This record gives sequence, structure tokens and C-alpha cells, in this order.
Amino acid sequence: MIAHSIFFYTFSIIAIVSAIMVTASKNTVHSVFFLILDFISISCLFIMIGAEFLGMIMLIVYVGAVAVLFLFVVMMLNVAQQKNQWFASEASSKHIPVGLIISTLIFVELIIVIGGWKYKPDLFDINNSLELAKVSNTHSLGQVLYTDYIHVFQISGMILLVAMIGAIVLTFRKRVGVKTQSYIKQISRERSDGVRVLNVESNKGVKIDD
Amino acid sequence: MTEIGLGHYLTLGAIIFSIGIIGIFLNRKNIIVILMSIELILLAVNINLVAFSIFLGDLTGQIFTLFILTVAAAEAAIGLAIIVVYYRNSGTIRVEHIDELKG
Repeated sequence: MIAHSIFFYTFSIIAIVSAIMVTASKNTVHSVFFLILDFISISCLFIMIGAEFLGMIMLIVYVGAVAVLFLFVVMMLNVAQQKNQWFASEASSKHIPVGLIISTLIFVELIIVIGGWKYKPDLFDINNSLELAKVSNTHSLGQVLYTDYIHVFQISGMILLVAMIGAIVLTFRKRVGVKTQSYIKQISRERSDGVRVLNVESNKGVKIDD
Repeated sequence: MTEIGLGHYLTLGAIIFSIGIIGIFLNRKNIIVILMSIELILLAVNINLVAFSIFLGDLTGQIFTLFILTVAAAEAAIGLAIIVVYYRNSGTIRVEHIDELKG
């Protein structure tokens, strides 16, 4: 149990500090790296409390895909000279008290709810299905995901497809003035478009008129 | 150093959620950091769902975390595509310059 406490506090302190650094860092590339650190420590927490599959999926999806996508965009968009300055202008310092008040309010409300919330031990069957089913986390997730939630699963696949098509359509641009191969033109070219058969008299030659 | 329970994980989720809210309000310069703050908020929601799922012994929370992950990935892709298109058109992604709709 003491090891559990030590690991929990270590990873959660890393997560909180890196979350603060995501918002406070001056360089956007550094914010992306702190976001990656945040995801890694949270997935370590997930693995520690027994949700191994979700921890690994978080590593793959967030660190492997989303954060790298953020990095690509940050490096592509030339935002290096646009540093985050919180207190630079009057327009930005106007928002600081509002943001602090709202977020502190939300945090206090959440803590009140958590502190005042008590569940009766017999209200739910605590720790029944996960302990009694002698299968791994991934196995039990798969048993539920592909039976009870199969429609939601397929809808989420459709969401991913629509997002992919949307991202491609949004960022696609047809460049003009570039010599590219046109398959339609090549395939639909007929013999009569390119070749003419002429009857050439001898010693006269042929006049090409175009 | 008491035993780590559900309340600890919920408190961690609350802290990260509040940091995400602060990030949205205070970062007036760069819209990519606002998208990253949204990712932080979704991460806090995931922590809550997984903690409840583990401590109450019900797998539904982890299933929904999986779907939240899916939607977050789709949202990040679309949001970044919109940012790229906007940067192409206007040459900047500073937040205070994005007021063409006069909203």
C-alpha cells in the first residue's frame, strides 16, 4: 500500500506540474512536450490502478497520434515568435481575474462535491465483476465492448471516418500552374484525336495546317 | 499518507480540469494552446470515469473513456485542420485577431 501511495503522489504531482506548464509555458513547442509528459504520467496512473488497456491506448492515441499532430501543426505554422505573454497587454490582463475566479469557483465546487459525497458500501456491488471474473482487463473490456456497445462502437468508427474526410477536405487545395499527369485525359484519348492518315502525292509534300 | 482511494483520483481530476479552464481563459495569444487546454479537460474527465469504474467495479466507465478518446482524437484532427486553413488565409493564429465575425 505504501508503494501505491508513493507512485500515486509522484505521478499526480508530475501530471499537475506539467499541466500548469502546458498553460504557462512561453514556447508553444514546450507546451506540447509538457502535454505529452502529462499524458504519460496519467497513463501510468491508469496502469497502476488496473486499467491497463486504457493506459496503453492513451499512450498510443494521445502520445503517438494527437500530440505528434499538435507538434506537426506547431512546427508548420511558424508560431515561434508569437510567445505566450500573459501580462503583456491590457487586453489580455483584463481576462486574468475572470479566468481565475471562474476556475477557482469550479474547483471549489468540485472539491465540495467530492468531500461531501459518500456512497453506501452496499449500494453497488463493490469490486465484484472485476475481481471475480478471472480474466484480464483487456479481455473483459472486449467482452462488453463487442456485445453490449457494438452500435456505439460502430458509430465511433463512423465519427473517425468523417473526421478523417473532413480534415482532408479542409486542408486540401488545388494548386494551379503545376504540370501534373491527368489520367482522365490520357485514358479518354482516341486514335482520331492524334493521328491523321493523309494521301500524299509524290514530289509535293504535305502542308501541316495548324 | 493514507490509503489511496477514490477521492484522491477525483481530486486529481478536479485539479487538472481547473487548470484546463484557467488555460482557456488566460491564454489570449495562441489558439493551439487553447486546443491543448481542451485536451487537458478531456483528460480530467477520463480520470474521473476510470477512477469510478475501477473503484465501483463496473466496466462501463472504461468503455465510455474509450469513446471519449475517439471523439477527442477526431476533435483534435478537425480543430487543427481548421487552424491550418485559417493560418493560410490570414497569416496569423493570434486569438485577439480572430474577430472577423464580430461576435
